[in-house]
Amino acid sequence: MNNRQEWPLYEIFIRAKSGLDHKHVGSLHATDARMAIEHARDLYTRRQEGVSIWAVRSADIVASDPAEADALFEPARDKVYRHPTFYDIPEEVKTL
Amino acid sequence: MTPHCRYVLRLADTNLVLAQRLGEWVGHAPALEEDLGLANVALDLLGQARLLLTHAGELEGRGRSEDELAYLREESEYLNLTLVEQPNGDFGDTITRQFLLDAWQLGLYESLSHSMDLKLAAIAAKGAREAAYHLRYSSGWLIRLGDGTPESHARVERSIARLWPYINELFDADEVERAVLAAGIGPDPATLEKNWSRRVDEVLAAATLARPAPAKFGWYGKQGRHSEHLGYLLAELQSLHRAHPGATW
Repeated sequence: MNNRQEWPLYEIFIRAKSGLDHKHVGSLHATDARMAIEHARDLYTRRQEGVSIWAVRSADIVASDPAEADALFEPARDKVYRHPTFYDIPEEVKTL
Repeated sequence: MTPHCRYVLRLADTNLVLAQRLGEWVGHAPALEEDLGLANVALDLLGQARLLLTHAGELEGRGRSEDELAYLREESEYLNLTLVEQPNGDFGDTITRQFLLDAWQLGLYESLSHSMDLKLAAIAAKGAREAAYHLRYSSGWLIRLGDGTPESHARVERSIARLWPYINELFDADEVERAVLAAGIGPDPATLEKNWSRRVDEVLAAATLARPAPAKFGWYGKQGRHSEHLGYLLAELQSLHRAHPGATW
């Protein structure tokens, strides 16, 4: 099969039994959505890692541009006041 | 050997031989993902074979372990279906063989999970969940190949024609199967066949493939009369144990 490079790439997300969210675990090649789920099951849940699988075509993911990292993320650096660490917590609140 | 023991041994050998065949794909499958997929199916089948062999050894009552049964029996003592010893061929041949077997095994295990042999029932209940996934995998591929390109369609059509003669054996009950049916241990082959036909026809239709006419000739691997391929497979399967008797990990 010399055309297997053409199999689309899928990103795989697995939700663990105790987890609330699906976490990215890796990627794989598959010809269609059904095969992506089956491959993900065989590749990423061999040791009972999960109870739910999401597969997303990598081409469908919109990503930020690393070249724009400065413009996107740098402006947040000097705004420490956005962290909720400047409040006095009332003594009555025990479990915050 | 009682019909009960022979029957369990047939199931065990069918799984063991197919697991060995699928294992031959490791490192050779058309994609890394398929390599793992086929190996996963092989490991499920091997796990079932181990439980079944151990059970057969207990039923036989001569103290033979799973290893002794697997490694120290001759070709004519193996009672697997002739279908599963057929060579892997190309990927389409392997998928077709798997699909025909999975469709049979799922119905078989569903039925055996109500067997009067409670140990066999427990093994079947576990196996049914695995078989359901195997069938999902193999039918998915058969549909992709059948309903794929003109070449994949033509090739998988040939695979079906090549393997169809080995189907008669699945449902042609002999004295062993009649005995376990009468004892409430084994399923009714007529019910199995109906069940199998329904599953197979559904997938063949989705794969745009025609169902061949029944073959006129039957194979009887389950009675120890095999095609020419089993001897070579067993030679490989048993060579390590024969060179190093009692070897363990």
